[in-house]
Amino acid sequence: MSDLEVRVWRGGADGRFETFRVARRASQTVLDVVTHIQRHLDTTLSYRFACRVGMCGSCAMTVNGAPRWTCRTHVDKVAADGRLEIGPLGNFPIVKDLVADMREFFDKWAAARGQFKGGATRGEPFARVEPTSVARREADAGIECIGCGVCYSACDVVKWNRDYLGPAALNRAWTLVNDARDVGQAERLAAVAGDAGCHSCHTMMSCTVHCPKQLSPTRSIAGLKRATFKLALLAEDGA
Amino acid sequence: MSARHAARLWAAQRLTAAVLAVCVAVHLVTIIYAVRGGLSAGEILGRTRGSYGWGAFYATFVLAAAVHGAIGLRTIAHEWLGIEGDLLELGMTVAGVALTILGLRAVFAVVGA
Repeated sequence: MSDLEVRVWRGGADGRFETFRVARRASQTVLDVVTHIQRHLDTTLSYRFACRVGMCGSCAMTVNGAPRWTCRTHVDKVAADGRLEIGPLGNFPIVKDLVADMREFFDKWAAARGQFKGGATRGEPFARVEPTSVARREADAGIECIGCGVCYSACDVVKWNRDYLGPAALNRAWTLVNDARDVGQAERLAAVAGDAGCHSCHTMMSCTVHCPKQLSPTRSIAGLKRATFKLALLAEDGA
Repeated sequence: MSARHAARLWAAQRLTAAVLAVCVAVHLVTIIYAVRGGLSAGEILGRTRGSYGWGAFYATFVLAAAVHGAIGLRTIAHEWLGIEGDLLELGMTVAGVALTILGLRAVFAVVGA
């Protein structure tokens, strides 16, 4: 097999691509390529990974222009011509090389009231949630998000509007809106509405196209628009 | 912007989109019908002058377009020009009022005797 020509981002926001040659192997993933470079060609290369099997969501990078999990991306799929360009996730500040700073991303989960807020005590019985209920199914549709940041990187609205909460945070909020046990709904819906929230989504569906879990944050955001509208109809105050 | 305000703008833009879908379809069909055998001001005015039906239709069209367009311009002003706060809401209101005045003026011009 011929060698791969791999361009890898080095440095911070003002960095540049550096080219490496890596032997091509059968069933090779993009993460294998990055690991090979770090172990054998340049030990100063920084990147992030943990599980290697698509469970942790920490190895997401920009591969040939698209955000992807590098551990689940086979070289054959994305580098038919033997060239790879690997950079950190777009829309994130760069820490160094391929490592993106995730702080803003997760701060926005908190800003979207992504925390469960229960109202029951230990003394009360378990809530009964019918598995086939509409709310349970809506929550199920979005609950498998592992916070890899691929959708946030793919979203053009995030690029244009730095305050925008982003697809992952809004998807998380939608799963909680459908949680019958949660008692923080009014605050949550107020937090996800407006120019930084669900109403800024242009329904371009980049998040849905790129999500490695095949979730649809676009669908979740549409649900939030409906839910905030219902709240606005019912609300008497200016919440 | 309050959640309530955001939700209302969203609903207003969706509702006016639904109205515009019908209005644009009727308008396009009318254009195709009207240009058979040539187009003249006389023919158009002959159809619209004194017609309460066409007057109501185009007034509805204008109001829906003014609301829909003003909310859309608000989004563009926010995303592309970075305008925020009261200035953003004022700009949207001015755009909406201006589109309404200009549009209704045109409706009166073709419907009035």
